[in-house]
Amino acid sequence: MWIRIAGWGLLAVFAVIILGPLLLVLSTSFKTTPQFITDPLGIPPSLSFHNYITIFQGQQMWRYISNSAIVTGSSVFIELVISGMIAYGITRLGRLTSTVVFGFFALGMMIPSQVNIIPIYLLVNRLGWNNSLSGLTAVTVAMLIPLSVFMLTGFMRTLPKEMMEAASIDGAGEWRLLTQIAVPLCAPFFAATAAFLFVIVWNDLLFPMLLVNGSDKLTLPLAMLRFRGEYVTDYPMLLTGVTIATIPMVIMFVFLQRYFISGTLAGAVKG
Amino acid sequence: MRRSKLIYIFFLPGTLLYLFLFIYPSLTGLYYSFTDWDGLSPSYRFVGTDNYVRLSEDIVFRKAFVNNLKFMLFVVAAQTLISLLLALRLAGNTKVNVALRSLYFIPTIISSVAVGFIWTFVYDPTQGALNLMFAKAGLPNLAQNWLGNMNMAIFSVAAVQAWAHIGQMVILFVAGIQAIPKELLESAKLDGGSRLQIFTKIMWPLLAPAAAIVVSYTTIQSFKAFDLVFTMTGGGPAYSTEILTTFIYSSAFTNYSFGLASAGSVVFLVLISVITFLQFRVLRTDRITY
Repeated sequence: MWIRIAGWGLLAVFAVIILGPLLLVLSTSFKTTPQFITDPLGIPPSLSFHNYITIFQGQQMWRYISNSAIVTGSSVFIELVISGMIAYGITRLGRLTSTVVFGFFALGMMIPSQVNIIPIYLLVNRLGWNNSLSGLTAVTVAMLIPLSVFMLTGFMRTLPKEMMEAASIDGAGEWRLLTQIAVPLCAPFFAATAAFLFVIVWNDLLFPMLLVNGSDKLTLPLAMLRFRGEYVTDYPMLLTGVTIATIPMVIMFVFLQRYFISGTLAGAVKG
Repeated sequence: MRRSKLIYIFFLPGTLLYLFLFIYPSLTGLYYSFTDWDGLSPSYRFVGTDNYVRLSEDIVFRKAFVNNLKFMLFVVAAQTLISLLLALRLAGNTKVNVALRSLYFIPTIISSVAVGFIWTFVYDPTQGALNLMFAKAGLPNLAQNWLGNMNMAIFSVAAVQAWAHIGQMVILFVAGIQAIPKELLESAKLDGGSRLQIFTKIMWPLLAPAAAIVVSYTTIQSFKAFDLVFTMTGGGPAYSTEILTTFIYSSAFTNYSFGLASAGSVVFLVLISVITFLQFRVLRTDRITY
């Protein structure tokens, strides 16, 4: 009895701690600045869309959203293609070779991206790839190869070997085995990996900050930083920016939560 | 089964990209750490281990290291305990539990820049929800300058890091709890074991592998933290929230000591490798399967 009550109490407390700040941000975004100053915590007396209108008019908000979407979409897609091929290849190698090759790629997981920021910055500048979304995409894809190969190989190793063998005996080549057997069977695994990578790339600050600076190339996290510079003391404006940048992710999560969660399970076993 | 040569072509694009934009930069980073390069001048000198010596004497670097430990210990303790408690309550697959698990997960998918701004707002000394709530509850003494107080700031940021990832750890613990065979728990209940006994004698030992994952994942996550500190405090006030990653970033891009920053990166890499190695050991000996 008491344990049950304590359990519900725990959930209630954490619902407030975890969701409270988010709801507060949402409600603040519908306040005008004077309304916020008179009553910072209260519910907005009337729904004011003023902040949203200002942001979408004055800022290049659509540009930032599309930059983020382009970089994230293309990085995740390219990542799945090249790491998917590697992961499939690893499962088709002999035992010893596959361990060595897997180790070679998984080794990169030991190297945190902060370690590479200086050489990457210099290399990209030397190549003239700086301030370009494709340069950012290339670097992002390379950085995530270890994690994606790790996750996808883990998934693909669970595929029953007999299926591949049967298809191979029927005369299917590697290309058909990959595209017509491995990929369709692994579709939910690819979705989980994609969701996991999506969060990482969409939210990344470090590499965009290093590699792009032109105001037409900013991604959402960078745009938010610049936006804070403008509205440093105007919380309703700033938090409207935060809401706009966050809502697409939350919507996506609501629809695809299964994949986000299973991606976490697979990715966390080795973060 | 026969393997055609085509298989090697599958490795080609990924391997080239990985070698060129990952392995090669990692090696050049190691090389720069032995030079006095500022990242701008056309020429630089090879200075041997000078940067490493400088680093070991650098007060800010030492401070960053200690702060990183404080940050990590706080995050690991808070995140592990709270997520374990929540997971024990939310392990059953009822509709409410599944929904709450998802709700608690939401902060994990929000960008850390946004999370940083949200909490800078909550922590604001005069307009922030936290201090206003203490005032309303008649406890104005608890109000703080959360991010401006030198002794407090690192823990204020660590609490946010934990806040952001608790939902993720709940998921890992729930998976661990669900992997425990039901019969074990039921027979213990039939034998008259109390809840506490069942937890300490049966669940906890079986949960150890899940806990090992959570602890090591959290440790690495908090060592790699950057965005939150960068957006919330930028390492201040007076380096009281400086951690290794912000140190590396600012030595390179604010102070233009690429050589020193590279040496910092190498030290950071060694630290992370040791942690990762230990983690692999722990995980291997426990042999977890979900």
